[in-house]
Amino acid sequence: MSFISYLVNGISLGSVYAIIALGYTMVYGIAKMLNFAHGDVIMVGGYAAFTMMMSMNTSPLVAVLVSIVVCTVLGVLIETIAYRPLLEAASSLAVLITAIGVSYFLQNIVLLTFGSSTKSFQSVVTLPNLKLAGGSLVITSTAIVTILACIVIMIALTLFINKTKPGQAMLAVSEDKGAAQLMGINVNGTIALTFAIGSGLAAIAGVLLCSAYPALTPYTGSMPGIKAFTAAVFGGIGSIPGAMVGGILMGVIEIFAKAYISTQLSDAIVFLILIIVLLVKPTGLFGKNIQEKV
Amino acid sequence: MTVMIEKMKKKTRTNNLINYAIVIAAFAVIQVMKSTGNLSSLLNGLLIPVCSYIILAVSLNLVVGISGELSLGHAGFMSVGAFASAFFSKSMLDAIPFVPLRFGLAIVIGAAAAGVIGVLIGIPVLRLRGDYLAIVTLAFGEIIKNVITIFYIGIDGNGIHVSMKDKMSLHLEEGGNVILNGPQGISGTPKNATFLVGVLLVLITLFIVQNLINSRDGRAIMSIRDNRIAAESIGLNVTKYKLMAFTVSAALAGVAGALYAHNLSSLVASKFDFNLSILALVFVVLGGIGSIRGSIIAAVVLTALPEMLRFLSDYRMLIYAIVLIVMMLLNWSPKALELRERYLGRFFKKTAKEGK
Repeated sequence: MSFISYLVNGISLGSVYAIIALGYTMVYGIAKMLNFAHGDVIMVGGYAAFTMMMSMNTSPLVAVLVSIVVCTVLGVLIETIAYRPLLEAASSLAVLITAIGVSYFLQNIVLLTFGSSTKSFQSVVTLPNLKLAGGSLVITSTAIVTILACIVIMIALTLFINKTKPGQAMLAVSEDKGAAQLMGINVNGTIALTFAIGSGLAAIAGVLLCSAYPALTPYTGSMPGIKAFTAAVFGGIGSIPGAMVGGILMGVIEIFAKAYISTQLSDAIVFLILIIVLLVKPTGLFGKNIQEKV
Repeated sequence: MTVMIEKMKKKTRTNNLINYAIVIAAFAVIQVMKSTGNLSSLLNGLLIPVCSYIILAVSLNLVVGISGELSLGHAGFMSVGAFASAFFSKSMLDAIPFVPLRFGLAIVIGAAAAGVIGVLIGIPVLRLRGDYLAIVTLAFGEIIKNVITIFYIGIDGNGIHVSMKDKMSLHLEEGGNVILNGPQGISGTPKNATFLVGVLLVLITLFIVQNLINSRDGRAIMSIRDNRIAAESIGLNVTKYKLMAFTVSAALAGVAGALYAHNLSSLVASKFDFNLSILALVFVVLGGIGSIRGSIIAAVVLTALPEMLRFLSDYRMLIYAIVLIVMMLLNWSPKALELRERYLGRFFKKTAKEGK
């Protein structure tokens, strides 16, 4: 019984990682940059929902919607102000460091506004928990909603990218920016749209993460951010199904490692498996292997 | 032709000498300030960490700037160096009472331990490229941090005891000494580090790195960075040279760790996290990728900056973040560079030409 409950918890945590990893992977696919501030956008999403529910007493649904709007706007702002001037820069490291600057900025803005004390987040899911096998197996409603949200997002995103014009534009820009521009695609607009979607997803991930693990601090986002980023690499960065599979595997491995091996070593085990996978398959599970041309 | 080569050699030599001169001059100025009592206790406390950050930044620059690989786990090597040297110092506290010898050995051991880990990690990792390599170095940094946290090591009359559970399960005899105490790390390391030692180590680091860069091996490393395929086709052993840069860099990061550890009475593994690796990377990128002098200056300025901004109290880290973003935008964005060229071009004419 405990095995199944660990598995469900793992998939649920993995779903959160997957949603965050989607943001990383989409941005990487289009702008070829590692957006290290993504983890902090999650945290901002958490705080936005927290404020709505605690101070304004709104319903959880409204809180989630507000949080999505806040993060989407934030993502676009960050992209326009901090990243866009640098995307053409000589070194890709420049934009990486700027992303780190943005990450510090968000952490400290939140620290100044809300203080450093840990806020206890109330789960946005108010449904009763699911009891199976005569009460010996309890699956929290938060876990179920998280997994469902992940599936819905995955399907919606795949449809969006393959069936709509803006989605196709995203694919084109990630393939070849110059050629896309020649075909009349608004490259800057498409990049901004990618950031908007990625950040909106980050808000959802933030709310779900805080619902499952209710402690909210200005640094809540950084570790899940790093793990989701590794999940994106695990699945092959730039690939959307890869981010999904990578995220879920990562969550399951983490929970199993915590449950059966050692709590303290669980992160080390997750990272070790990542390294082994990358050594066997250097571009991740679903990554495209692009041959260098002379 | 030979005249030109001579000229270039002379230029490199002067350039290298300037770096030593800057460090020595800074040391002299600070010593004068110290003796006249003009140095605030706050800055005084920063002197040794700054030296250790300089070493870390210069060593990371060897990987990022000279070898052209992004490493996001450099704090891990620093951590290995710090713990290995602190472990040695603490266990040899009575056996080697002569401080310079013990501290010297501790630094060598720190460097060697980090170097060995560097080779072990480098062999598999350097097969990967670009961002994948970056993520694996990040992963290794986290693994090192995690693994150090779970070990408990103690020494008594019967030798070394190791446990992964807790302090009690070491079963130490009477008079036994717990050296590495799990998440609490190592406490009671002798505080042997002085500013003079720090500066000497910085000079040694500069000597090693600058001579490596301007040697045949260094040119091979840079040629691999510039064009891997071309370098391979003239017969350079890519893995060997990449591993060389990586290992030297790891060993120097170990030195930085050893210096750092002997300045603190308690050492915890969680200090050497992702943020420290990133901080080192910020030094390197802001100072100019591949520029040793830039790394030194950036390490000093960026370590001092948060302390200088202390009067802003709560806002200082916020200002720090904004300064970081603005500096990156001004230094790297093509538009800003164009504006700078247009309005300040005549002042920077010489450097602009050299850049080409």
